[in-house]
Amino acid sequence: MKLIRLKYTKWYNILKDGLHRNNPIVVAVLGICSALAVTNKVENAIAMGFGVTFVVMASSATVSLVRNMIPSKVRMVTYMVIISAYVILVQMFLQAFFPAIASALGAYVGLIITNCIVMGRAEAYAAKNPVRYTLIDGFASGMGYTLILVIVSIVREILAFGTLLNIRIMPLDWPNWVVMAMAPGGFFVLGLLIWGIREMSHFYEEK
Amino acid sequence: MIIDLFIESVLTRNIALVFILGMCPLIAISTNVKNAKGMGIAVVLVVTLTAMINYPIYRLLQATGTERLNILVFIITIAATVQVLEMALERFIPSLYNAFGIFLPLITVNCVVLAVSLFFVNRDYNFVETTTFAFGSGVGWLLAIVLVAGIREKMNRISDVPKGLRGKGIVFIILGILALAFIGFTGFSF
Repeated sequence: MKLIRLKYTKWYNILKDGLHRNNPIVVAVLGICSALAVTNKVENAIAMGFGVTFVVMASSATVSLVRNMIPSKVRMVTYMVIISAYVILVQMFLQAFFPAIASALGAYVGLIITNCIVMGRAEAYAAKNPVRYTLIDGFASGMGYTLILVIVSIVREILAFGTLLNIRIMPLDWPNWVVMAMAPGGFFVLGLLIWGIREMSHFYEEK
Repeated sequence: MIIDLFIESVLTRNIALVFILGMCPLIAISTNVKNAKGMGIAVVLVVTLTAMINYPIYRLLQATGTERLNILVFIITIAATVQVLEMALERFIPSLYNAFGIFLPLITVNCVVLAVSLFFVNRDYNFVETTTFAFGSGVGWLLAIVLVAGIREKMNRISDVPKGLRGKGIVFIILGILALAFIGFTGFSF
């Protein structure tokens, strides 16, 4: 009984860490490029979030499986090859089943490789821990990332197009805030979101 | 034509402020102008070099019908180029290596480098256009990081930033305003 509780605690803590205390975007400020570039529509954000979650989980598990076989000098290149194999999988999956989203995301799907979250989890966590924990850790980081992406994209899609998941929710004469669909809108929304969350969780950077 | 493309990739389609790429290093390293300059110059060098290497490789992949693997091949080329460049600099031009050698390993995971290689595929550029576009994008990124670093340096001295925005938070607001300015080069159009 005690053993189960202990395990539960560890799993639960990893999960909570990824979603809240160590949220990759808000606290560590990683993986920003895609967080801003694809969040002008909620559907793109969801696709990107799930893509990243899948890649983080799969690549962390693989890295963790072979962690004792990789010489430390070439480990970065090994991670890159593993990650890019999964990214190609995601890209082909999207092209086959969701061609509209695939073309909207464009090159950004390929850029999951250089998303620091994926590499960061492989290096910081998967290289040292057994497979079952890396899966939870990858899931938590991926979901923390998806959560922020969806929040940002909800704000941006409503303001920029007056719709949510392509369903119109603002009045028909809503003036579209074009700037929200472009880069500055993303920067402002994410900046204010980070401010809000840090203020709520009392996480401050020094200086 | 080539000059148009160059100006376009530096200003109106700036890779950092319009396409929002290379944000992680931009936010992490823009704390002072000196480091920002070093990182920026290293990026210009690597981006141009890797695009020039990746272009013939992509044509080869196309000829053999395996262009699906382009991401995998590109990232290996980039990692290898960075490694070779680092070793060559350390061996032959140590002063340059000391100036920005520490930034080189970080560049492998800078999405600008991979993005430029993926964009020339999407936009169907020829070799000269690819090189110009890559160099222009690198210069554009250098411009963005130096601008942000300059503003942050001044801000540290004179501004009273709200507690929750200190550090990385405020960078987003700076970037947003800069991005607005850069959109001004094109005007709003969709």
